[in-house]
Amino acid sequence: MEQILNTIERSNVELTKEDFVSDQMVKWCAGCGAHAILAAVANVFPKIGYRKENFMMVSGIGCSSRFPYYVNTYGFHGIHGRANAIASGVKISNPKLSVWVATGDGDSMAIGGNHFIHTIRRNIDLNIILFNNMIYGLTKGQYSPTSPMGSVTKTSPQGTIEHPFNAGELVIGAQGTFFARVPDNNIKLMTEVMFEAARHDGTSLVEVLQNCIIYNDKVHAPITSKDTREDNQLVLRNGEPMLFGAGNKKGIRLNQTRLEVVTIGENGITESDILVHDQFQQDPGIQLMLAKMAPPLYPVAMGVIRSAMYPTYDDMVEDQITYAKANSKILTVNDLLNSGDTFEVK
Amino acid sequence: MSEVKNVVELEDAVIKFVGDSGDGMQLSGTLFADTAAYDGNDLTTFPDYPAEIRAPQNTIAGVSGFQIHFGSKKILTFGDICDTIVALNPASLRANLKWTKKETIIITDSDAYDDSALEKSGYKTNPLTDGSLKDFKIISAPFTTLIKECIKDLNIDVKTTYKSRNMFALGVAFKLYGKTLDHTFHYLEKKFATRPQIVEMNKRVVKAGFDWAATNPQLECLYNIPNAKMEKGRYRNITGNVATAWGLIAAGERAERPLFLGSYPITPATEILMEIVKYKSLGAKVFQAEDEIAGICSAIGASYTGSLALTTTSGPGLSLKSEALGLAVITELPLVIVNVQRGGPSTGLPTKSEQSDLYQALYGRNGECPLIVMAASSSADCFYSAFEAAKLSVEHMTPVILLTDGSLGNGSELFKIPDTKDLPKITAPLAKANDPNYKPYNRDEKTLARQWAIPGTEGLRHRVGGLEKENGIGTVSMDPINHELMVGLRAEKVQRVANYIDPQEVYGDQEGDLLIVSWGGTKGVIRDSVIEMKKEGYKVGHAHFKHIMPLPKNTTEIFGKFKKIIVCELNSGQFVGYLRITHPEFKYNQANKVQSLPFMIHELKEKYYKLLEK
Ligand SMILES: Cc1ncc(C[n+]2csc(CCOP(=O)(O)OP(=O)(O)O)c2C)c(N)n1
Ligand code: SF4
Repeated sequence: MEQILNTIERSNVELTKEDFVSDQMVKWCAGCGAHAILAAVANVFPKIGYRKENFMMVSGIGCSSRFPYYVNTYGFHGIHGRANAIASGVKISNPKLSVWVATGDGDSMAIGGNHFIHTIRRNIDLNIILFNNMIYGLTKGQYSPTSPMGSVTKTSPQGTIEHPFNAGELVIGAQGTFFARVPDNNIKLMTEVMFEAARHDGTSLVEVLQNCIIYNDKVHAPITSKDTREDNQLVLRNGEPMLFGAGNKKGIRLNQTRLEVVTIGENGITESDILVHDQFQQDPGIQLMLAKMAPPLYPVAMGVIRSAMYPTYDDMVEDQITYAKANSKILTVNDLLNSGDTFEVK
Repeated sequence: MSEVKNVVELEDAVIKFVGDSGDGMQLSGTLFADTAAYDGNDLTTFPDYPAEIRAPQNTIAGVSGFQIHFGSKKILTFGDICDTIVALNPASLRANLKWTKKETIIITDSDAYDDSALEKSGYKTNPLTDGSLKDFKIISAPFTTLIKECIKDLNIDVKTTYKSRNMFALGVAFKLYGKTLDHTFHYLEKKFATRPQIVEMNKRVVKAGFDWAATNPQLECLYNIPNAKMEKGRYRNITGNVATAWGLIAAGERAERPLFLGSYPITPATEILMEIVKYKSLGAKVFQAEDEIAGICSAIGASYTGSLALTTTSGPGLSLKSEALGLAVITELPLVIVNVQRGGPSTGLPTKSEQSDLYQALYGRNGECPLIVMAASSSADCFYSAFEAAKLSVEHMTPVILLTDGSLGNGSELFKIPDTKDLPKITAPLAKANDPNYKPYNRDEKTLARQWAIPGTEGLRHRVGGLEKENGIGTVSMDPINHELMVGLRAEKVQRVANYIDPQEVYGDQEGDLLIVSWGGTKGVIRDSVIEMKKEGYKVGHAHFKHIMPLPKNTTEIFGKFKKIIVCELNSGQFVGYLRITHPEFKYNQANKVQSLPFMIHELKEKYYKLLEK
């Protein structure tokens, strides 16, 4: 991986996983997908290469939100739904930190939905890891805003009657500049995607399809299990054709205005008919279609779906301050107190 | 016509400019106030505006006003009963008659009393001619007609002409109170620098009003209000909201900490947000959040990161911030929450003032959740209260709620400009890089404050959050004994702040028959009532509290020196309820008003008399 170029101070020694191991016992259930996310973070932080003091983890409430205790960085465990709001303050206040948010589907898309969309819209330079287990884990198994229609949970014994959010669609709808998706059982891809998230200037949203072995076991299995993943996952690589399936025989092409799954060699289809992924494309049209793909008609898109360049909120804050400092007559509080209409009593 | 010659000297006067929301009364009032200030009068002002932006013209709902109390003595309140009312239409006259007395001067535009305006304001007949105003001194003139006359060569459209009526009225008021036009001319020249015709028109109109008044027999006399004896120095007129903003900015500078404000607009607190955002040149970072929750949560994030973090709001917004306040308490981070109180509950009376959020500030959170509560006592005091709130917050590592209110926030008074080097230094308890003994919840022996370890600092990586902490180490702990210990420590930490604040002062008698107790924005009017009582020979004292949680250490001692205590507040008895809990050994009487209106001196005195008779 290349070096990330930005103003966050880099470590002058080589860091390893061990530098980020905290002294706290990890208390997630055995077999919970969150363990894999922790492993990927431990992999990627040393690779990103910043000073270890410059990493900051923020979370809300939920199983996933215990994350900051398990990584040895500066960390803040917030309140339910507010991780993104807290992290916004952290980053704006100190743009020299690499700020990571660990949040659940309930945390960010139910109670924290408002902060989620506005954080994304502002394009504050945060790296948000969305643990999407399609259930409320910590409160023991109620449906969440991503639970598929009809999900039977403790609060939906007859099945849910709500349309679920698709995280990618929500991110793009909120004018998100970075969206990636990974399954929890592919730590290598997760590590790569997290590195890309760190490299991206602006709000990076990494959705992890995370298994909750206790309350929603195998909810992602139709996409992530050994026997389904080949046909049901499309791992996107920038600049490469969108091929998947056994022997990479299947692909995605654009048929008029819609995506379509085709098979190489059938009906005269060749590799040149297959769409080439452009994660940097500013127009999110195709990226949105990719984010929405789902079985049975399509595979689920994995990897970096969108990574578009836009100015970040935190950079613009600094620019405005620099400009004001260079152009204002008010540079101290005494200047302020004596500005405008004042008069002397003798 | 001959000039009005007779000049009567007054110690103080109250004038109120009222009209339709679009009539420019706020501007007339401000210009009058600034002129009086330049002239050397002490003063306070208060804008009284409706919740609607532009309610239908000529209706009572659309009446907007601006009141000024100015004088040669120390002016403590914006006054209740008006000596002069400048009313630009019948609705504003009708709505403000309740603030008049016999012989109040009413300056009004007789052109404005047409049938439609009279009907919309609820008048059956024209009050200027039906004799109903006979107890007042009416100064009326056809403003519009006179204005047209004096600017006829300028070719100005009818609408703009009509809009300058406030300037004509202002001219009349200036003449009446012996003021000059210089400041207003200067203002107009600056404000409309690119539109010389507007400058010329407004100057002529204000001068026309001034000259008209000089020779009009309806003015029985002119008034003169001598200079106030003010301490030497540089002054400015300042509203409470601006003073709050500046006090916080000053605290950031003295603490050498960057300033971060996370806020969401809400009346009557928005001006603080709009003010701080102007000072990016002082490094202020301002985040207009998507709601009040994000406002406070972003501030908590910024506080963890080492900023002097602020959030500003009014009652309903404070409700939304409750859960996050608990987070700031348990993470023991500095944070200043300003609540500019308004009438509640719910949306309540958004543009009116009340003191009814005290219980919310003290108790409105889950769990045992103590924090510092302070209340500013005047518009200019908002500067010092905000500064002290920030100082205590940083030095004691705890959130502080600063209560102000709509009257203080929007009202103004003269403010003697301090030099920042004379403001106290603020020392943040920063943890040192690579300190081998650093533990997130180690406490200072004296204050019990923990240390502030700023992300990015070498050797201090640590985690905090909303789960209960093990004392000292700061790791998550569900241990019952530790929890009780932490509950106690958090409370004790806040109580110990009493060692770092000024003792409570008593004005007037230090012991006697009646101690008058108040807090927050009512200081001026209550002080005036006490001054009158003292003049009448009563043995009374006034204890006005600025520190509420914790209370000053000498509170018990003070209360013990008076035979009776009365607690006066603009709610149904919240501070008194709190005193009954914290100092149950005393018997408290109450004076309460929940009309979203200030106390009037006479109604307070009636209460005192009754108590003193018993
Ligand atoms: C204000 C508030 N409301 C409700 C809760 C209870 N609560 C805690 S976690 C949670 C949902 C967690 O679901 P999710 O965000 O998906 O995280 P997961 O546990 O699945 O990782 C709820 C409802 C709370 N802690 N605070
Ligand atoms: S309940 Fe589910 S989400 Fe929570 S730790 Fe256990 S497996 Fe993970």
